[in-house]
Amino acid sequence: MKRNQTKAERWLLRASCAAPLLAMLCTDASAMHIMEGFLPQTHAIVWGAVCAPFIVWGLVCIKKIVAEHRKAVLLLAMMGAYAFVLSALKMPSVTGSSSHPTGTGLGAVLFGPGPMAVLGLIVLLFQAILLAHGGLTTLGANTFSMAVAGPFVSFGVYRLLQKLKVNRAVSVGAACALGDLFTYCVTSVQLALAHPGESGVMASMAKFMGIFALTQIPLAIVEGILSAVVVIMLESFAKPELREIGFLQKEAAKA
Amino acid sequence: MKKTTWITILILVLLCAVILIFPLMTIRDSEFGGADGAAEEAIAQIDPEYEPWAESLIELPGGETESLLFCLQTALGALVIGFGFGYLVARKKYRAEEAA
Repeated sequence: MKRNQTKAERWLLRASCAAPLLAMLCTDASAMHIMEGFLPQTHAIVWGAVCAPFIVWGLVCIKKIVAEHRKAVLLLAMMGAYAFVLSALKMPSVTGSSSHPTGTGLGAVLFGPGPMAVLGLIVLLFQAILLAHGGLTTLGANTFSMAVAGPFVSFGVYRLLQKLKVNRAVSVGAACALGDLFTYCVTSVQLALAHPGESGVMASMAKFMGIFALTQIPLAIVEGILSAVVVIMLESFAKPELREIGFLQKEAAKA
Repeated sequence: MKKTTWITILILVLLCAVILIFPLMTIRDSEFGGADGAAEEAIAQIDPEYEPWAESLIELPGGETESLLFCLQTALGALVIGFGFGYLVARKKYRAEEAA
């Protein structure tokens, strides 16, 4: 990532990194006396600020992909579309309520977590503005859980399983499933922090986990399976692109 | 793509269907409302005095319009994925023919 950054990009990345630090200062100052209704507003701002550097980093990543790996742009668009589709599908779950997968894990496995921060944000913006699902004030928190935390977990799990020489499709499946599940764990924590109630953060975290994480388990498995299917198909039809982005080992003779 | 690969994919997709149909068959007394709705109720319980301080920009008139927009989102995504795979599959096919 260090290479090929223009001066402006580097400056922007540094400036955006300052945002969460500034936000931290703000919360520390007001952490002792939180007014009614004040907490969620600060939370909204803090989560948005935390996401800022990831979004800028993601934009830099995407710019680099477009500039250096022209071939892979179609693949990147497909990953964005995949997140678009999966996050629109509300599926029934064992808890008797419905939720939807995130779809951001697969792109993170192929392209790294950077670009998915931007693609996830686009999905969330679409849903917040047009579908009244999620929201603009919660955009930061949702971006953090779905487009930053989830993809990072997927990417990490995939790398780990590949080091352990696990089958590629299985690695992708496990990575996407865990990333999906982690997204909703983060959502539960975010809600618990904003609404500790009288019984405390831990108690309300358990409550939100029961709602979100439990519902999400079968859906995470479904997302894992679907992602593995897409990778199996890409492996047979998009070998050149997968080599281009370093997902498959580059072979000397073939191109 | 090999025949065994197709069979694997078919089995995996069927497995997804089974996972999703299972709760529909076993849980009878539920409407499978959104988990975000359940969370709203939980917040009302934990934090009864909390007032949401912002509302969605647009109020959708009802479930039908919402499902239209969700369909639209799925359709847009599926369009791009379908285009992508169509391109990739055809490229592989015609390259193989040219080489032969």
